[in-house]
Amino acid sequence: MYMFISPWLIGFLVFALYPILSSLYYSFTDYDIIHPPRFIGLANYTEMFGSELFWKSVTVTLKYTFISVPVQLLLSLGFALLLNQTLPLRGFFRTAMYFPSMVSGVAMSLLWYWIFNPQIGLFNYMLSWFGIPGPAWLMSPDTALYALIIMSFWTAGAGMILFLAGLQGVPASLIEAAKLDGAGRLRIFVNITLPMISPVLLFQLIMGLIDSFQVFTQAFVMTQGGPNYSTWFYVYNLYTSAFKEYRAGYSSALAWVLLIVVMLFTAIIMKLSNRYVHYEGGGRR
Amino acid sequence: MSIVKAASTRVPSSRSHRRKADPVKIASFTALLVTTFLMLLPLFFMVSTSLKSKREMLKFPPTFLPESWAWSNYTEIFDKLQFGTLYKNSLIIGVLTVIGTLLSSALVAYGFARYRGRGNQLWFILLLSTMMLPYPAIMIPQFVLFSKMQWIDTFLPLVVPAFFGSAYNIFLLRQFFSTLPEELFDAGRIDGCGELRMWRTIALPLSAPALATVAIFAFIYSWNDLLTPVLYLSSSDKFTLPVGMASLTSSRFRIPPWHLLMVASVLAMVPIVTLFAIAQKQFVEGIVLTGIK
Repeated sequence: MYMFISPWLIGFLVFALYPILSSLYYSFTDYDIIHPPRFIGLANYTEMFGSELFWKSVTVTLKYTFISVPVQLLLSLGFALLLNQTLPLRGFFRTAMYFPSMVSGVAMSLLWYWIFNPQIGLFNYMLSWFGIPGPAWLMSPDTALYALIIMSFWTAGAGMILFLAGLQGVPASLIEAAKLDGAGRLRIFVNITLPMISPVLLFQLIMGLIDSFQVFTQAFVMTQGGPNYSTWFYVYNLYTSAFKEYRAGYSSALAWVLLIVVMLFTAIIMKLSNRYVHYEGGGRR
Repeated sequence: MSIVKAASTRVPSSRSHRRKADPVKIASFTALLVTTFLMLLPLFFMVSTSLKSKREMLKFPPTFLPESWAWSNYTEIFDKLQFGTLYKNSLIIGVLTVIGTLLSSALVAYGFARYRGRGNQLWFILLLSTMMLPYPAIMIPQFVLFSKMQWIDTFLPLVVPAFFGSAYNIFLLRQFFSTLPEELFDAGRIDGCGELRMWRTIALPLSAPALATVAIFAFIYSWNDLLTPVLYLSSSDKFTLPVGMASLTSSRFRIPPWHLLMVASVLAMVPIVTLFAIAQKQFVEGIVLTGIK
């Protein structure tokens, strides 16, 4: 067995375990990557918690996460429910909704950079059809983060595919039985469909959180963290302090806080979900 | 209005003649039409703007179709912005990543699928937990490691880790290998096959769809990645597509060349859409299996 898994074992030690541990060590040092690290105790952490930019990045990231992740989940579940019926053009709708998810990363950022342009962009043009004067979007600190949140909804199709698969796994016999008992659509959804797809929901919630804690591309390509730090995402902050200011020690402290927060969120969600998530064949809780 | 009409004339003709047009279905169809329109509109403008002239791209309101089709944008981007080099670099890195991921992940997944001991269980849980490990948490020591090895400004940091397997893909392939019937391997053993040979001659050929999925994911991931190449590549002739494209918005231009940015976006999409078209079924199944977005 070890012969087979040795590539991963080596990879795990070299590319995961060793970096995690040395990152912990660096976080207690003053380190510019060129000169050897110098131990300074908890100084990085105290500086971090007193730093305005750190708290700014935490606020920006949490705000983005708490709006974007739930709305994206609702949208993708909604689309999946719509598409789970026998409707004409179903295949077309499914492909069309998924299509934007193929334009990921930089290309998407460039496209939406244009869409949000206040003078010539598509977004404000469409708003003008309804007589709404559009804001300056990415150029104003009040709206830049919301622009990025709106953009994130565009890829809801990726989650939709997962939910569709989950919905297809709900046994039709259960739904038929409920119908015979006179249950309405809403009742069927709440009492049968939702529990059956809860593992998919849980998975997407956790992965969505982890992803949105790591937003980088949008901030790097579209806003450079601005205007006035309104899109100063956590990982952008981390990247800047390590590779622009050459403060790898401080940045490692940021990295460790991120790691702990991700683990904490995952653990809490898992714990809370124990009661609600239904696994086939698993014990009843 | 016409949308509703189209829906109401269509829905009853499909199957259920017993009930009259179901209002929920009509509403669903309408909602889908509207959202699909909104979803596709940005893509439409991406393609349309990529074919507009420098003057027309600045017009407001934006024109739906180019007044004069500026096909030369597509050649200009290769001449002016080294687009060919970017494309080639991304392809080289993508293909090497795919090879590395396939080889290592299939080998490791086989190990996890075929041996179910106590130590195995422990390692597998460890493997699963690394799926949640955020890359930014480990990137600084990795950077230090690779710079000590003199790998900065080469493709090595982007390619070599793939040869040590990736958690998602190992997990996906392990699930697949576990479904292969034990009898096949028993037969192989009677014929005197060693494990490595059984892996190559029995497990791999039966897993073509799963391997294809992993290959596609690995390619897309590498093709779209921005953070890693931004860290490791410094000379512009080594840039990957995302890095080169990101640099297009930088202060080099007073007014961003929207038409060229859109050309770049369209061209960056081509390989992904092609892959999707070729392997649509496996692709969707693979997404379902792994939950990778």
